[in-house]
Amino acid sequence: MSNDNNPKGYAHPQALVSTGWVAANLDNSNVIIVESNEDPLLYSSGHIPGAFEVDWTLDLNDPLIRDYLDRTGFEKLMSRLGATTDSHIVFYGDKNNWWACYAFWVFHLFGHTNCSIMDGGRLKWINEQRPLSTDAPFANHSTYTAPERDDSHIRAFRDEVIAHVKKQGQLVDVRSPEEFSGARTHMADYPNEGALRSGHIPGAKSVPWAKAVNPEDGTFKSFSELAELYQTTQNLNPSEPTIAYCRIGERSAHTWFALKYLLGFENVKNYDGSWTEWGNSVGLPIEKP
Amino acid sequence: MPYPEPIQEFIENIALIDDRAERVQVLIDMGKSFQPPAIEKPYPAENRVPGCESEVYTWVNLNTQSTLDIQIVVDNPQGLSAMAMAQLLLEGLQNHPPALANLIDEDLVAKTFGPELSMGKSLGLTNLVRQIKAQALKLA
Repeated sequence: MSNDNNPKGYAHPQALVSTGWVAANLDNSNVIIVESNEDPLLYSSGHIPGAFEVDWTLDLNDPLIRDYLDRTGFEKLMSRLGATTDSHIVFYGDKNNWWACYAFWVFHLFGHTNCSIMDGGRLKWINEQRPLSTDAPFANHSTYTAPERDDSHIRAFRDEVIAHVKKQGQLVDVRSPEEFSGARTHMADYPNEGALRSGHIPGAKSVPWAKAVNPEDGTFKSFSELAELYQTTQNLNPSEPTIAYCRIGERSAHTWFALKYLLGFENVKNYDGSWTEWGNSVGLPIEKP
Repeated sequence: MPYPEPIQEFIENIALIDDRAERVQVLIDMGKSFQPPAIEKPYPAENRVPGCESEVYTWVNLNTQSTLDIQIVVDNPQGLSAMAMAQLLLEGLQNHPPALANLIDEDLVAKTFGPELSMGKSLGLTNLVRQIKAQALKLA
């Protein structure tokens, strides 16, 4: 599957762009670069010239209930970015694009699928000594008309996960091995990952999210390496419905991206309720090795 | 009970800043003023702050005046929030008697960064505060 345009052989190579591609497209008016980080200080300390910040708390989450922004909120966000429905949104960020993939996933809930991840993220851009700016980006506010958020295709809710477990469906737990096993790695008096119970959802395969990434430069591993990791080692079938989860759905958005766009899994959902919902819910089954 | 004076002054000042960008800039400046100690790798696992993805290590000893000699390594050039928290703790506790650490509590993270931290980031920074406090109070 690999060729000059797709050297790593991905199923949907357009979902990834290189740092070089971004550098060459800084003045492309159809490309909007978005930085999304866990660390709230990083963007303001220096970002890709012209890049906007999308903060997961302020921009993507509902301020009151545990949910994402609604259609009006998304339209307002896209207007701030100067985006149209044709705009190509390129996400990057810290932690090997963990939060960038999360933002990518939320944008897909609103049907904005012309999105890519900058492979290697913020750290690769910096390590290549590419330019950074502290200037606020400018955009003419646009008029963006979004559809209602559609959670049905890529987002899983608790009851769906329960049914999936009963059918012995494929689940990927992307947390650390210690979180998966239920070992208490936290400090005294601190609830384990914000949940009352530890362990994992029955039947889940443990594949920590960062295993999809080359540790030396933060880029995604090749198709063949990812296939070895998920399909050969864990026996996950790309044709079978698959649900990924972590603690609150951010790390699992990274795995969702790798499974769906890089490996081409046909039906992958992110269970954003994840362990903070499952491990706190009364009566739900939990497995410990 | 107020925090040690430099910390109390910092959180009172930052609480007056309504503009998020301005508040972030104050924290960036705090993080950039952090000077890493010259400690060679590998760092001992027992000194690592649990739950802190930035890989933070702390050492707390007494100097010849029986006051605190705190060393903090943030083993991640992108760990700016951890550097800011580390610098704030150093400004409040370095070269002071260990018992002063009694004035530190976990609310310091929220008072410094506001409510917009992720759960993981908040946990990591809180554990940094806890670890420094625990290591200091062992010497009191």
